[in-house]
Amino acid sequence: MSIIKVERKVLEKNDAIALCNRDIFSRKKIFVINMLSSPGSGKTSLIEKSVEAFGGKLKCGVIEGDVQTDLDAQRLDALKIPVVQIITNGGCHLEANLVGEAFSKFQNPAFDLLIIENVGNLVCPAGFDLGEHLKAVLISVTEGDDKPLKYPVAFRNSSVLIINKIDLLPYVNSSVERLKKNALLVNPLLKIFETSCVTGEGIDDWSGWLKAQINKNENSSFY
Amino acid sequence: MHELSIAQEIIDVAVQTIPSENYHLVKAIRISIGEFCNIIPDSLLFCYNSLIDSSPILNCRLEIESIPLTVYCSSCNVNIEIKQPNFFCNKCGGTDIKIVSGQELSIKEIELEDDLREAT
Repeated sequence: MSIIKVERKVLEKNDAIALCNRDIFSRKKIFVINMLSSPGSGKTSLIEKSVEAFGGKLKCGVIEGDVQTDLDAQRLDALKIPVVQIITNGGCHLEANLVGEAFSKFQNPAFDLLIIENVGNLVCPAGFDLGEHLKAVLISVTEGDDKPLKYPVAFRNSSVLIINKIDLLPYVNSSVERLKKNALLVNPLLKIFETSCVTGEGIDDWSGWLKAQINKNENSSFY
Repeated sequence: MHELSIAQEIIDVAVQTIPSENYHLVKAIRISIGEFCNIIPDSLLFCYNSLIDSSPILNCRLEIESIPLTVYCSSCNVNIEIKQPNFFCNKCGGTDIKIVSGQELSIKEIELEDDLREAT
């Protein structure tokens, strides 16, 4: 019997491509966020509202990840921003190579902000680095306030939490306070926003903060 | 079902590591999986067993070592094992903790049988 020592990360290929993506994004001074959530939490709606809130002051691009259809890309086309759709054909998450290929399809990616909308899934996307600068997890109040405890990796690995659909709070049993408490138990450093894409509540706070991150990073050694 | 792409990656790494003339000798791949990386060992094994038959190392089994979630508490200055999803020190209750282990997903080693043809 003989043993061959390997000592290799299973995802090292993905991690190497992610590093390469991050390097490209940083050299081009594009701030990149990777948005994770369950299906239907409102990622696309939040992107629409954020882009509207930027009011044309930021150049944005979006990479859309979906298991099937380009329905989300069609929605975002209406905002007149460049969108590249990735259809994973059953794949439950985006990987760094898919993002790298999608990015190369933009005609002129002179963006201030690139938003990667991951496949709707709170499990698998949390484990794959895509080369983003910021991971944001989104949850809607209709999903229940226990979700951070049930899907801790997504909440621990993200630096921002957006609690969406707060206009529906009167109709559901979720409590924002319990949701926050549970999320902070998993990750005490989470920056938390509460939004409604229907009433517009909280959108300015979130988009203002995001804009400030981009400006802050432009002036730092971050890139 | 990200376990499927992870199982494929494990097989690919083994196939790339071993010289092709030794494929028939590959007996086991040993991997470590941290408790905090969203991988279900049974699901990974199921995916691995589905894929291995069509690989050149079809007699190779997968052995999984589970790594507990351990954090370093800066107040107590010790490493402690915690149970998800409670991310606080179970000694002092503090939340100033850093994950030390539990996020691993790595291939440790590959075991080969001795080549009997060589011995004879």
